[in-house]
Amino acid sequence: MLTLAHFLSLGAILFCLSVAGIFLNRKNVIIILMCIELMLLAVNMNFVAFSRFLGNMDGQVFVFFILTVAAAEAAIGLAILVVLFRNRGTINVSELDDLKG
Amino acid sequence: MPITEVVFYTFSLLLVASAVAVITVRNPVNSALFLVLAFFTSAAIWMLLEVEFLAIILVLVYVGAVMVLFLFVIMMLDINLAPLKEGFISYLPAGIAVAAVMAFELLVVLWSKGRFDEGAFPVPPPNPAGYSNTKALGELLFTEYLLAFEVAGVILLVAIVAAIALTLRQRTGAKRQNPSMQVRVQRDERIRLVEMDSEPRQGS
Repeated sequence: MLTLAHFLSLGAILFCLSVAGIFLNRKNVIIILMCIELMLLAVNMNFVAFSRFLGNMDGQVFVFFILTVAAAEAAIGLAILVVLFRNRGTINVSELDDLKG
Repeated sequence: MPITEVVFYTFSLLLVASAVAVITVRNPVNSALFLVLAFFTSAAIWMLLEVEFLAIILVLVYVGAVMVLFLFVIMMLDINLAPLKEGFISYLPAGIAVAAVMAFELLVVLWSKGRFDEGAFPVPPPNPAGYSNTKALGELLFTEYLLAFEVAGVILLVAIVAAIALTLRQRTGAKRQNPSMQVRVQRDERIRLVEMDSEPRQGS
């Protein structure tokens, strides 16, 4: 029998994998952006599962808005990435240290 | 084993495997393609949860728009891959350790004391025939969440304007018309009146 815990576990595993992805690929901005998309997918999985098992549609509305905001975020993030590459000729995170942080 | 469980475990395995591939493959193009596979499989799992509209939206918007945008950017930029992968091995133990600890904690919380099993959250019966997920979602979206819906539209507009404004560039050295200068031109700048005597007739 598929219980809520199954779907939540899938979301949790997916989230942990994307956290690991940010750790492993911390030089590459594109992969980091993709890992953020994967994280949002994991969170959406939780929303959808709870929405189904509680019989409440509000969770699906939240997923709808998360998808909207994630699309906007991806568009702006990639635009920034393009400008960055045009100005610096690299997307290596370790070379982006102008602010000496 | 009922068919739903077979579908769930198959697609879950595919989803986890493609997520692993996204974070480990060398080439960002392959990584983006595996992310497409991950979105597709999670759309299938959402179908299993009877969230049909969002599953289709996930495929249309994410695979059709966002991931294509990713692929465009990856292919447009001429990226040198070698320096981006260095440090992968050195970060590997820390990354795996953090992810494993996080996953362990989350799974312990999820599976201990039956917090999220059938007793606490009984499996809901499938929706009756003729039930429309899209209609239910639309009714909620256009009544209770109307303001949020409009704000989402504004956010998308801001994203369009910001993305275009960021990437728009004026090329130096390109010749282009300046319409305002063309309109503002004066007679004196175009016409020169020359005073000269009439010349005698030629020949005859």
